[in-house]
Amino acid sequence: MNLTSWGLYPHIKNRSFSFNSEKSLNKVLEGVKACIPYGYGRSYGDSALAENIVYCKPYNYFLGFDEKEGIVHCQSGVLLSEILEVFVPKGWFLKVTPGTKLITIGGAIASDIHGKNHHVEGCFSECVQEMRIMLANGEIVTCKKGDELFLATCGGMGLTGVILDAKIVLKKVNSKNINQTTIKTKNLKETFESFEKYAHMPYSVAWIDCLAKGENIGKCLLMVGDFADDGDLNFKEKRKLNIPFMFPSFALNNLSVKAFNWLYYKKSPEGESKQTVDIDTFFYPLDAIGNWNRIYGKGGFTQYQFILPKEVSYDGLKEILGSIAESGKGSFLAVLKLYGKANANYLSFPMEGYSLALDFKIEKGLFDLLDRLDKIVVQYGGRIYLTKDVRVSKETFEKGYPMIEKFRAFRRDNGMDKKFHSLQSKRVGI
Amino acid sequence: MSYVLILGAKSDIAKAVAREYAKNGYDLYLAGRNIAELAGFKTDIEIRTNRNVELKEFDMVDFTSHEAFYEALDPKPLGIIVAAGYMVDQKIAQHSLDESLKTLHVNFTGCVSILNIVADDFEAQKRGFIVGISSVAGDRGRKANYIYGSAKAGFSAYLSGLRNRLHVSGIQVMTVKPGFVNTKMTEGLDLPAKLTAEPEEVAYDIFKAQQKGKDILYTKCIWKPIMLVIKHIPEFMFKKMSI
Repeated sequence: MNLTSWGLYPHIKNRSFSFNSEKSLNKVLEGVKACIPYGYGRSYGDSALAENIVYCKPYNYFLGFDEKEGIVHCQSGVLLSEILEVFVPKGWFLKVTPGTKLITIGGAIASDIHGKNHHVEGCFSECVQEMRIMLANGEIVTCKKGDELFLATCGGMGLTGVILDAKIVLKKVNSKNINQTTIKTKNLKETFESFEKYAHMPYSVAWIDCLAKGENIGKCLLMVGDFADDGDLNFKEKRKLNIPFMFPSFALNNLSVKAFNWLYYKKSPEGESKQTVDIDTFFYPLDAIGNWNRIYGKGGFTQYQFILPKEVSYDGLKEILGSIAESGKGSFLAVLKLYGKANANYLSFPMEGYSLALDFKIEKGLFDLLDRLDKIVVQYGGRIYLTKDVRVSKETFEKGYPMIEKFRAFRRDNGMDKKFHSLQSKRVGI
Repeated sequence: MSYVLILGAKSDIAKAVAREYAKNGYDLYLAGRNIAELAGFKTDIEIRTNRNVELKEFDMVDFTSHEAFYEALDPKPLGIIVAAGYMVDQKIAQHSLDESLKTLHVNFTGCVSILNIVADDFEAQKRGFIVGISSVAGDRGRKANYIYGSAKAGFSAYLSGLRNRLHVSGIQVMTVKPGFVNTKMTEGLDLPAKLTAEPEEVAYDIFKAQQKGKDILYTKCIWKPIMLVIKHIPEFMFKKMSI
């Protein structure tokens, strides 16, 4: 089978194994030398790519629901979209959700994903009450917050074992709508001021125009919001539009990105404006277009996402945005987010500060640019998000993740380093 | 309460179809061998949809049990979906009478046996729908898969005749011809990604087409032109080909 991830780069030949019971998973693990769990293939790079993958998506039963506490118990292949479809009409929403609902529960845990409310609710692991994991030797272990297996598995990129099922704590909502305020800023300073001004709002995210130069660097549309209280829970899964073919790779160039960013920025009114939008529009705008990854063409793309500590975020971002604008490489989508405190998980990405995520078409010269950006990130004490990454060096990775030695030791002690490997884990030496 | 009966409910396509119908307000009879294995799936559907799910033991190749099986269903289903399927490697099937017969019985003769009974009931009541999941493999026999293919060809012909018979009674009979589907049955086969559907896609297509009253459904739809071409290759050429 030919396998790739969301970034459509790289493609590898591999074998895929699915399972429908603990017994059959045990057989799979016994039968392969090394493997990596694979959910819905929405991580961007090579973190779920390997010669052998354990395909978890079909392992997707709901096992129970505690209506009083709002705790859903489900197998690891259940998609976030399935949870929303079932539970939003009953008045429950995910405590933490990323910008796509098309990921599995197992993937959400393995990436310890975060969302627009990280500064309030933290990472996905915060809402994992407990989970069961099959280890390298086939043993099944239940773990919860505080256990070392939990600390290693949340954000552990599937390198500790195969997550079987988990109990997820949901949050009560009284609407499928979000009251949103959009703030248009003129430069990075204004952008930062606006983030701080609205830090009390549970959800915030900014779209940055990366091609802006000089004093316009960092101009953005900041969107903040919270759930409405109108009792409208009529939420239905929409069938989505598809991009049925690959765009030719020249379709996205500096000019078209500029035009897109200009239009996007322009259509929004000056200063502050208010809108009411639904869950899909607010949280998952890109899910409305299936396979939007194809607009970057056959060669694929990558998302460069880094985070910087708060006290140096402004300077670091200014320097990085400057370098990107200078390079002339366009990024369709540049997303800036504010983060709260880091958690104790060994390899979770977030730390208190700001992160920027940029999409780049894979092309000649790109990785050189990203290597240059890495240097700035490391210099400011930041780190790169493994879930999006396909090229970071071992050195850059290690500098960003001070707890890596603990993680390595834990893998060694439990025989995980022999059984679970991805292209990424080999590259950065996890 | 309107029940849909799904035979061969343990298959990946059947499970996806079950979720699709439950999501759209139908209750379910899920039938198959060792059906207790679907206890977790029953809970899953109940949590997802709040519909009733009943598990029924059913053996496609135990022909004589079919009458009693259908008799015992109360209330009678509004529709039936036959999703049972069995496929082994052609090389094994062609050298083993047991495997050949099993392939024929699960995919064809067993379906004839149970559908004869269901058709009489639906005809008498002048209501109901019958969906048979056949295969593109039944459109033309190929050396790579002709035991399975011939069973599916028989099933497709049976459904065609049944459709012809029941049309006057207002009963829909739909033949589904999936191409490659990413399931347990095809695990380990090197399937071309662009032609391969996920079970959920097939299930969505089946539900939509059934509700629209369609007769024949190719899923993915790309298989319709592909099979049109394959069916029309002259035999003197086809016999030399390896496809």
